[in-house]
Amino acid sequence: MNYTLAELLICASSDAFRNDGEVLATGIGLIPRLAASLAMKTSNTDLMMTDSEAWLLSEPNPVSGRKPGQTQKAETWMGFSRIFDNVWSGKRHAMVGPTQIDQYGQANISCIGGTYDQPKVQMLGVRGFPGNSISHANSFFVPSHNSRVFVKGECDMVASIGYNPERLPKGYSLDDIDIRRVITDLCVMDFNGPNHQLQLVSLHPGITAEQVVESTGFDISVPDTVPTTVAPTQAQLDIIAELDPLNFRSKQLKDNPPGDRS
Amino acid sequence: MNKQMTAADVVGQLRDGMTVGIGGWGPRRKPMALIREILRSDVKDLTVVAYGGADVGMLCAAGKVKKVVFAFVSLDFIPLEPYFRKARQNSDIEIMEIDEGMMLLGLRAAAWGIPFIPTQLGLGTDVIKVNKDLKVIDSPYDDKEWVAMPALRLDASLLHVDRADERGVCQVKGPDLYMDDWFARAADKTFVTCDELVDTDYFAEGDEARYVFWERAATTGVVHIPGGAHPSSCSPLYGFDVPHFKEYNASAKEGGFQAYFEKYIADTSEEQYQEKVGGLDAIKQLPQPVY
Repeated sequence: MNYTLAELLICASSDAFRNDGEVLATGIGLIPRLAASLAMKTSNTDLMMTDSEAWLLSEPNPVSGRKPGQTQKAETWMGFSRIFDNVWSGKRHAMVGPTQIDQYGQANISCIGGTYDQPKVQMLGVRGFPGNSISHANSFFVPSHNSRVFVKGECDMVASIGYNPERLPKGYSLDDIDIRRVITDLCVMDFNGPNHQLQLVSLHPGITAEQVVESTGFDISVPDTVPTTVAPTQAQLDIIAELDPLNFRSKQLKDNPPGDRS
Repeated sequence: MNKQMTAADVVGQLRDGMTVGIGGWGPRRKPMALIREILRSDVKDLTVVAYGGADVGMLCAAGKVKKVVFAFVSLDFIPLEPYFRKARQNSDIEIMEIDEGMMLLGLRAAAWGIPFIPTQLGLGTDVIKVNKDLKVIDSPYDDKEWVAMPALRLDASLLHVDRADERGVCQVKGPDLYMDDWFARAADKTFVTCDELVDTDYFAEGDEARYVFWERAATTGVVHIPGGAHPSSCSPLYGFDVPHFKEYNASAKEGGFQAYFEKYIADTSEEQYQEKVGGLDAIKQLPQPVY
């Protein structure tokens, strides 16, 4: 079957929400948002999602082709202040795209390089990363797997808590931290390796474990046998097409590569 | 009590070194007419507390800012605010960088008159390392440690709302209030610009009063400035001005803020500003964003 890498990543990311139960699924960026939407339409129909503005929906909005004021299936108001009430309750799983991720699963979207007082590149700021990471489940989406994202040592600015014993707050255990999947353009990983080490879960078709290891700035755990990431089904591709009728997903990854690169 | 005043009256009440909260979120419902009035004034050394957008960027670029308390500064569709970025990369400003929710808690603590609110937000991150004044404390009730998020007391808050009456009853009908109610309550003085000035009886009709989120005692002054949020949005009345933000963003690469300031703000009344950006009718036609 023909499918694009973007579609493979949507389906692989969608799987992260499968066993979440009734939580708010937040996908930041088009592919994570389509992933959460696909999960809500298929593997976990109990998920909750917003319109990315201020309403909770009983059915996800399409990510393309909507017009201003077009009707949507709102079920309650969900402005930013109420998002925090949800975040702090823990009933949320966010999939976010950090600029840096380190060996502990600590992540950064704040600033890089230079010093903290005078960074080389100021980015967004820590946004909701500190609160999200200590309150609820988080997954990471990385559209370009390389050692500038998966950095050696620690992130330049640790914006979210990870499995770092040195930074563990009093009264917490590492098991209180809940980082789920890491989906990249090369593979799927999680932090269930020895001592919460990042480990390879599946390789996308045509990608080798060596490529992943070379593209990661720190050691990861590679099991003896690593399965291939499951290809999208026709049913999944049909739903993705309904959710993204204008095919915005084709513009997310450079040159819109095919899903199978072997 | 009639609380109507002008933008110049509002800025006349600001003093060098004050801590000022700014409502809205990123490119949405920012009191930009008041920001422009500050840019035209001598006020300086402000500590700005905001879910920041071009409000923060412009104040930084114009040298009005001593310190920014922020979780992000962003124009949303242009993720990085160009002038905030410059200010940081030139080390022009002091900062207190905190989680979005910590800012909400700080405003609530100020509004409630308590010194801090304990929270788990920030634990295990650099937020508690880079903010030397931020205390992590033991709990009298459990064995965990907690961040003591201090009250963010504001000398003044600047907000933009859809409509208000002269007594300071303010209505927001857009889908999100953001944290404007907490900015209003956390400040000694809260100044509000409104797109529409209405009679008090307006609120008695239908469910109009349901869209009023703080009581008038929390509002100090009301300035009637239709289109006053431009170039940010005031949903559902108008969207944000994408071409204008793009021009503003591009000015950071070519021309600099001084050129933008001279083109749109210096020696310019708000009416003249609106003519320069296409007129009030054009502002009111700006399309709503689709997310």
